[in-house]
Amino acid sequence: MAHSAINVFFAGDNFARLMQGLWTSVWIAAVSLVIGLILGTVFGVLRTMPNKIVRFILRLYLEFFRIVPTIVLLYLAYYILPRQLHINWPASWMAVLAFALWVAAEFSDIVRGAIESVPLTQKESGLALGLSRMQLFRYVLLPQAFQLELPATINLATRVIKTTSLLMTISIIDVIAVGQQIIEANNQQYPNGVFWIYGLIFILYFVIDYPLSAWAKRLAAKK
Amino acid sequence: MSWQIITQSLPIFGKAFVLTLWLSLVGIVGSIIVGIISSLVQYFKVPVLGQIITAYVELARNTPLLIQLFFLYYAFPVLGLKMSAETCGIIGLIFLGGAYMAEGFTGGFTGVNANQIDNGKALGMNKLQLARYVVFPQGFALSMPALTANIIFLIKETSIFSVIAIPELTNTALDLIGMYYRSNEYLLVLVIAYAIILIPVILLLNYLERRVRYGTFGN
Amino acid sequence: MTKEILRVEHLNKFYGDWQALHDINFKLEEGEVLTLLGPSGSGKSTLLRCLNGLEQFNEGAIYFKGQKITPTDQEWQSLRQKIGMVFQSYDLFPNLTVMDNILLAPTKVQKRPAEAVKDEAMQLLERVGLIKYVDAYPRELSGGQKQRIAIVRALAMHPEIMLFDEVTASLDPEMVRGILQIMTDLAKKDHMTMIIVTHEMNFAAQIADQVLFLEDGKIIENTPGKQFFTKPQTDRAQEFLTSMDF
Repeated sequence: MAHSAINVFFAGDNFARLMQGLWTSVWIAAVSLVIGLILGTVFGVLRTMPNKIVRFILRLYLEFFRIVPTIVLLYLAYYILPRQLHINWPASWMAVLAFALWVAAEFSDIVRGAIESVPLTQKESGLALGLSRMQLFRYVLLPQAFQLELPATINLATRVIKTTSLLMTISIIDVIAVGQQIIEANNQQYPNGVFWIYGLIFILYFVIDYPLSAWAKRLAAKK
Repeated sequence: MSWQIITQSLPIFGKAFVLTLWLSLVGIVGSIIVGIISSLVQYFKVPVLGQIITAYVELARNTPLLIQLFFLYYAFPVLGLKMSAETCGIIGLIFLGGAYMAEGFTGGFTGVNANQIDNGKALGMNKLQLARYVVFPQGFALSMPALTANIIFLIKETSIFSVIAIPELTNTALDLIGMYYRSNEYLLVLVIAYAIILIPVILLLNYLERRVRYGTFGN
Repeated sequence: MTKEILRVEHLNKFYGDWQALHDINFKLEEGEVLTLLGPSGSGKSTLLRCLNGLEQFNEGAIYFKGQKITPTDQEWQSLRQKIGMVFQSYDLFPNLTVMDNILLAPTKVQKRPAEAVKDEAMQLLERVGLIKYVDAYPRELSGGQKQRIAIVRALAMHPEIMLFDEVTASLDPEMVRGILQIMTDLAKKDHMTMIIVTHEMNFAAQIADQVLFLEDGKIIENTPGKQFFTKPQTDRAQEFLTSMDF
């Protein structure tokens, strides 16, 4: 019976398990973002410095992450860490590593762009007041850059959240993997369960991402 | 690292390479068409259809391609609509890409300088003439950076087709790793294959972007 | 015989709660030059933009040649073919050559034959001294040159009134004189009906048949030109003229 298929959510502890899976996706996204944003800020500042070698290396780093799809990044971490480096982390930490490095690359470019678009006169008046280079970044450039980069940063966060949908591909039990288990286990009783489960997950992602992207759009429109 | 493993895999990767290119091309062209139509509907504020397009754009942009593909591939057959994995992949990519493209073109149209629009109006243009001669030519030029970013994004998104077993590059590499347990070689070929596709595309698009900008705005 | 071409009655405009224009009344006869003067933010540009429908007004009426204007999009759109406007920001269409900028509206909006408009455009370009730039793109022109093309582009529509919104305000001082000369010629030789918003007091004194002095969206003085500059009737106008070094 099609209309009763929605009961698949409430059979056993299905709903609680889905939420558990969602939590896995959420914490991986959150931790990756925090690490990636910090690292990305450092890289971004370094990319505005005069040292050509540092700038070149960081540029290569960015281009690598621009070219390689995220799902491939996950596989790189998943296969190379244990087999080559003999690092046997749980898959979720490998995902955090891959995501954080990816976020750092993308964010370094956002930070660099924002710092460079702070008007030159701001830099000059800062230096004219006798600020050191560190103080200039700390008190003048980064606060102004923060305003400029906020919408792009929020958009990056929405992308990270959407990208957590790939976690199941390296056997992390995220919300989609839980969904698959439920669909298989209940296939006899609820043949239409697949529709409801994937429908729910689709809506869950939308509910998390839509407010963020709407916020980013509003901020961008204000400028 | 074994060269023999790599050279032996090249014919299989070659096929996957062509398939990735083909799926990307169809997906990009389809997305641009859907994006242009959607952005026109939004620009002219077509009643009802405009709201439907807005809802579509938000839904597609704020959900992952993977779950869109799962829905098409696993959930639609339950409703009696069964499609091949390739068809699902292309539909999913166009569903996603069309929304990104629509957003990009709309951003271009709304980015056209208000003075330009005042000038057009002051010359007696009606809404259609204003769109045809002022907003669209300049708006498309303004949306070039978004178009470039979206094209690169869509090519990379074809890697997610691997989850519904379309034998494109990523799926092929995973299959080979599963069969022969040689991850280094196959991952290296995989990364290089994406670089071979994306580096020329990025360079070409950046060049086009500059040309269009110069041709339109002279800077 | 002079004939009335434009009349504004009891025009009020609001932005939300804030009233931008208060009970504006004036009329203009064919061939007359009206200058709108007043400090920044006094509503001069807003008033000018109301006269060709770029801004909507909330109350009152505008009559063009005795006909009351119905403020619909269609009516404004057809009226704008008769009411030309040149802006401060000298925006030509950047993707079109000088000639295509001039041809666009006469051929596409008015559907006039391209050949005839082209001949006319060449004469106008000759007149403003830019004939050799006919195939240039706006990016190759200076601000003053762009502004002259913008005037030509508006004139090619055969307007019956020309509105000028601070057309020299963003130009280098050495460019200003050329533009003002073109406007003076239009008034004296072509007897073009013009409404001019400007901060160039000497120019205004020389060209104006009628002066509206605005402050805070109200007309403080409506006087024949020469009289305003020699004997302003209000203290505010006197202060304004002094502040402009006139």
